[in-house]
Amino acid sequence: MIRDITLGQYYPADSVIHRLDPRVKLGGTILFIISLFLYRSFAVYAVAALFLAIVIRISKVPFKFMTRGLKSIMMLLMITVVFNLFLTPGTVVFQIWKLKITEEGIRQSLFMAIRLVFLILGSTIMTLTTTPNNLTDGIEKALRPLNKLHVPVHDVAMTMSIALRFIPILMEETDKIMKAQMARGADFDSGGLIQKAKSLVPLLVPLFISAFRRANDLAMAMEARGYRGGDGRTKMKPLIYKKRDYIAYGILFGYLGIVILTGVFVKI
Amino acid sequence: MGIIEAAKLVFEYKKYDDNGQVESTKRAVDGVDLNVQKGDFIAILGHNGSGKSTLAKHINAILVPTEGTIYVDGKDTKDEENLWDIRSTAGMVFQNPDNQIIGTVVEEDVGFGPENMGVPTEQIWERVEEGLRSVGMWEYRKSSPNKLSGGQKQRVAIAGVVAMHPKCIVLDEPTAMLDPTGRYEVIRAVRALNQVEDVTVILITHYMEEVIYADKVIVMDDGKVVMQGTPREIFSQVDTLKQYRLDVPQVTLLAHELRKAGLDLPEGILSRDELVEKLCQLKSKN
Amino acid sequence: MSIKIEKLSHIYAEGTAFEKKALDDVNLELPDGQFIGIIGHTGSGKSTLIQHLNGLLKGTSGTIYYNGEDIYQEGYDMRALRSNVGLVFQYPEHQLFEIDVFTDVCFGPKNQGLPQEEVEARAKEALAQVGISEEYYTKSPFELSGGQKRRVAIAGILAMHPKVLILDEPTAGLDPRGRDEILDQIAWLHETRKITVVLVSHSMEDVARYVERIIVMNKGKVLYDGAPRDVFQHYKELEKIGLAAPQVTYVVKALEAARWDIDTHATTVEEARDAILQALEKRI
Repeated sequence: MIRDITLGQYYPADSVIHRLDPRVKLGGTILFIISLFLYRSFAVYAVAALFLAIVIRISKVPFKFMTRGLKSIMMLLMITVVFNLFLTPGTVVFQIWKLKITEEGIRQSLFMAIRLVFLILGSTIMTLTTTPNNLTDGIEKALRPLNKLHVPVHDVAMTMSIALRFIPILMEETDKIMKAQMARGADFDSGGLIQKAKSLVPLLVPLFISAFRRANDLAMAMEARGYRGGDGRTKMKPLIYKKRDYIAYGILFGYLGIVILTGVFVKI
Repeated sequence: MGIIEAAKLVFEYKKYDDNGQVESTKRAVDGVDLNVQKGDFIAILGHNGSGKSTLAKHINAILVPTEGTIYVDGKDTKDEENLWDIRSTAGMVFQNPDNQIIGTVVEEDVGFGPENMGVPTEQIWERVEEGLRSVGMWEYRKSSPNKLSGGQKQRVAIAGVVAMHPKCIVLDEPTAMLDPTGRYEVIRAVRALNQVEDVTVILITHYMEEVIYADKVIVMDDGKVVMQGTPREIFSQVDTLKQYRLDVPQVTLLAHELRKAGLDLPEGILSRDELVEKLCQLKSKN
Repeated sequence: MSIKIEKLSHIYAEGTAFEKKALDDVNLELPDGQFIGIIGHTGSGKSTLIQHLNGLLKGTSGTIYYNGEDIYQEGYDMRALRSNVGLVFQYPEHQLFEIDVFTDVCFGPKNQGLPQEEVEARAKEALAQVGISEEYYTKSPFELSGGQKRRVAIAGILAMHPKVLILDEPTAGLDPRGRDEILDQIAWLHETRKITVVLVSHSMEDVARYVERIIVMNKGKVLYDGAPRDVFQHYKELEKIGLAAPQVTYVVKALEAARWDIDTHATTVEEARDAILQALEKRI
């Protein structure tokens, strides 16, 4: 289960998408998400699906990776669908006992499901094709104007990048400590809510201690390698827009244009 | 002047009670004199808690002495102004491979040190390549560190230090968490740096087999330097070493046992070949 | 009374790009009272194997019988199995969490549902067995030295009175004396309490010194299974899979190559010494 979470897991491959400037990918993801919420129209979603499919194809990331990210939101997805399905008023299509399924409900829940799935897929593409460092570099540079307002942009970006690197390590650690406590007879599954909360203590205490120890070690290692904040630092991979980035921006706005046109003129 | 010169170095850990008063002090390093020449390969042995790690952290100015002085490449570590010079002169590799890799891609991690030093972009790439090649990890430059073995991760950590062009590398139990293959890879990389690049190496370890290549071995106990000498000199004192909770390589121990049984073998035999050769000489004499 | 493993396979992440066969048709019998060593390169499947023995991992196919009972059958009492088969993970001190040493060791027996006096009696006994004296009982586990923490963690398993004790590299990261202390205590427990011990180790020297049987794992399969003196005869094959024989075995092998008439089965310093002395006397 723990291995299924793809967030923050970079998939190394050599593709145009991988090589794009992170700011383009960041902007593109935001633009894509906006496009999902502009219209409630199947035609628009068909355009979005096509766009997504092409991007995934170009990125050379196996589709399996994408869907694994979806598994973790399955529960949320089901709840959203069920709520929308039963609680939207309108023309009744089907009725079991007091539960009414309406035409509007079906539409609504389908929209929500599609939006959620596309939203996750869209952002997964970004994290799978951008190394976290690259991504934080992108965020850092995109937010640089905020520096003037004394927002510590570099520090926030560095924190994010480290957090992303340690997510898989801490996941594995959680798995290990859980097993170790199970070997000592701990039970994480049965009992009521309070019992369950209590049973987490043997998991959480060692996990926090380990996280602090790692933080301490890492801080020392960073200091030993001369880290002293963002000032005076040079970049190994400075962000400079290339031709392909401008083209990508062009394509993105083209996509947005098509979405708007479809939304306005095709009524499905 | 040596690259590292410590005189009467003392370091005390203070433990505070709830009111912020000093409850107790522990002398982790107690009056250590150290003189390391450029290009030396020094090994520091000592049991857990003997003060060897604390000493090592002084070389990189992560800790500064409570008393006494330590000069790294002629610079006093107590002087704040020297801090960043010292950190690029003396690189440091730690025990846990997972807790010292910052980058999410191998090459980005190796570039981290040079970035901090303000090295221009093009030169960073040169240094990254040079660092990774020196430890034989160039093919893995695009990999995620999470996918590497322990030994490979440690080699990346070493490459990260090499890319900073240090004169000296301090390795604090770099092999403690590795399997035999990983240990072998790391020690081979360290020896190559020392012999080919003439980088001064200070290796802290628990594994006696890793020490036999050192020019000089220092044994620490209770914050003090208690033995000093060539590996042969140190390992000829099997019983003294055991007192300090240490050991000798198994071959040395076998030679020691054979000597005790009456065979005419020299003390401090370090390698298999050496023991076999001496035994064969002995046999032909009979 | 034994653990019997039949045709056990374990595939991680089946059906994905990360699919990996961690165990591949493993057949083994671990009878009561043996001191067994498992060696193998990192990723050879040895850690996966031991996690099957107390049911923390379930095989993709195959079965495990504990005392003749299939542990995968419906309604099998896994918690009882975990009491009987104690597993000490690598760096077990990372699982300590209670406010003091004594309470932490009580965690296991308390989970077994034992009465309080029994829990405390067992904790005391276990701590004594690993050489932690009473003055440490009220200390926080985090105030102890690395070696002490490790022993407290092992006591946490011992207090559950396992019949089989599995240890995954119990000496990793310790200094030489710390290594000897832990292994000597384990050997002593094996002798006095007659428990089965399974020791996973990277140190061929340690394995040779303590165990009576070695299981060599490679790519999820059992490659060799036998007494150390026999298994280490395959030192050339072992090297090919990232392992080795103890240093002294190489010495006696080299002497044989130098045309000595010598027994090359030595795997410990004492055995090698005796073999060399004997070979020299033959000549005289």
